[in-house]
Amino acid sequence: MTVKLVVGIDGHETGSRALDYGKRMAGLIGDCELLVAYIIEWSPYSFQTQEENAERHKRREEEIATAKERIIDPAVKALVDAGVKARGIVRHGNVADALDAICVAEKADQIIVSRSSEGGIAKRIFGSSTANLVMGASVPVTVVG
Amino acid sequence: MKNILKTSLIAGVFSAVSGTALAESLDAQVNAVFASITSPFVDFMFAPVPFTENFPWIVMWLVVAAAVFTLYFGFVQFRFFKHAISLVKGDYSDPNDAGEVSHFQALATALSGTVGLGNIAGVAVAVGIGGPGATFWMIIAGLMGMAAKFTECTLGVKYRNEYDDGTVSGGPMYYLSKGFKELGLPGGKFLAILFSVFCILGALGGGNMFQANQAHAQIVGVVGDFPGWITGIVFAAIVFIVIVGGVKSIARVTEKVVPFMGVMYVGAALIILAVNYDQIAWAFGQIFGGAFTGLGVAGGFVGALIQGFKRAAFSNEAGIGSAAIAHSAVKTKEPITEGFVSLLEPFIDTVVICTMTALVITISGQLMVDPETGLYMVNEAGKIATIGNTSGVSLTSAAFGSAISWFPFVLAIAVVLFAFSTMISWSYYGLKAWTYLFGEGKRTELVFKAIFCLFIIVGASASLGPVIDFSDAALFAMAIPNVIGLYFLMKVVKAEFNSYVSRLESGEIKKFKA
Repeated sequence: MTVKLVVGIDGHETGSRALDYGKRMAGLIGDCELLVAYIIEWSPYSFQTQEENAERHKRREEEIATAKERIIDPAVKALVDAGVKARGIVRHGNVADALDAICVAEKADQIIVSRSSEGGIAKRIFGSSTANLVMGASVPVTVVG
Repeated sequence: MKNILKTSLIAGVFSAVSGTALAESLDAQVNAVFASITSPFVDFMFAPVPFTENFPWIVMWLVVAAAVFTLYFGFVQFRFFKHAISLVKGDYSDPNDAGEVSHFQALATALSGTVGLGNIAGVAVAVGIGGPGATFWMIIAGLMGMAAKFTECTLGVKYRNEYDDGTVSGGPMYYLSKGFKELGLPGGKFLAILFSVFCILGALGGGNMFQANQAHAQIVGVVGDFPGWITGIVFAAIVFIVIVGGVKSIARVTEKVVPFMGVMYVGAALIILAVNYDQIAWAFGQIFGGAFTGLGVAGGFVGALIQGFKRAAFSNEAGIGSAAIAHSAVKTKEPITEGFVSLLEPFIDTVVICTMTALVITISGQLMVDPETGLYMVNEAGKIATIGNTSGVSLTSAAFGSAISWFPFVLAIAVVLFAFSTMISWSYYGLKAWTYLFGEGKRTELVFKAIFCLFIIVGASASLGPVIDFSDAALFAMAIPNVIGLYFLMKVVKAEFNSYVSRLESGEIKKFKA
């Protein structure tokens, strides 16, 4: 049975460390698929103007296309070129919740993320996405330092 | 008309002798010309129902419509209230649609266009003339208005236009034309055009001039008197930067500050009510007693009823059609779900926020009562006498100020921000109506936006009387084609409603969140 690992990346250098670790694990496991996930931070409870609402669908499509083109596709290509089975996923939502939801939907075995790239006041008030994921995930989480 | 213009012109030439005189006469001239142009329209819109003294037929039109929809949909506003909250929470939202406009966002955006001066100044006008009893009728009108919102917003989503580039446009102009065509009914296009014309006027009136006018009045109240056109130019410049210059950050900041202001306003009202908890029962006694007896106000209980109904309609805009434009951007496979969500809007706007304002005014003791009879004292103008002779927004300000001394300053900022956010919302509604009539395109859009900004200056310069009259009239006029359309199209909503409810009951429609 193929082992599925979800690798969460955020477009920063820290995310690529998670990707490297995932690649190494895939090599060790053998029959393994990496699901490279990028989450666009989004809340359904934010406030928007009329115009933003009217254009939201268009913007969402653009955001997904940009994330695929700039972050996901190069990462997946690099993995496939290295002989690793890999797939890219882009979602909107809360990072921790969305990664866990992908895991549940794909029946994945583990989530690999890097240590948080967030900092400052936001991290102090809301906690980091990584910390939230570790506390609430349905499957084991590996945090790469 | 020619004579008026000639007189104004001559008056204008003579008044150019000094700067101050020029400023004053400019305001006066704008006022005179404006009043003379708009009065036939205003008189028609507010003509009384036969055999009543002063119950405007258009208010009756809206109340009857709200009652019809309430009965036709079997009191949907009460039966599906809990379901509406569940939808707003996102319990039924498909996680795969994350990133699209949520029910919460559509509701919040629509609310930012309706919560504003109507809740602060309008309620004070109603209570100041109709007494606390007007609040009871305002609540009744708000509760019934929920069914009207439900009907129009369902249609707004069902018949919206989805363009190739992914943007959406919806509103009465689309459901009137497309809905009538689908049913094989004639006249849909005509009603859509009529609605669009009134919507443009409503955007320039209630959504623009009234806001600019009241914002200026608030600023004057804090910093002292100065000509209205100065406020007008400043406001017009900021709005111009946002809607023409595309500086969205200002609008975004407002959209975030306005809900905060709304919560703070309700919070302050709750604190005042909590401190005076022993008077709440008495205040409700005044509201219920006044609703049926008037407690001495001009026109008795009918006076209270008219004021309550009128101000509720102006505040929550149910049946007017504007909300159908605001709610139409939501992402849903079931148009009826946005109908359910939208019925919360009159509840929050009128039943909760307006009642808070009315309770604070009643408890504050600003309305003068004759100690011997226990009835309200009415002044020569037919209004209830108040401490300091305040009315409108200054009455609300004084009522809050009597409990929290610094609150009038916060209220002044809130009023200016509410006014600004309402203007931005209505510039969008007006623009949608404008592009429906004249077609999409940068140049046509720019023409409307420029006219919109110009009217801000007119609104801030004119005196309150003609501006309020025209604002009310233009806004209410939108309800004529809209409600006619809703009567014809309500069976479409009923079919959607029955189908959805049966699927909900059978378990076919499931919650995504436990």
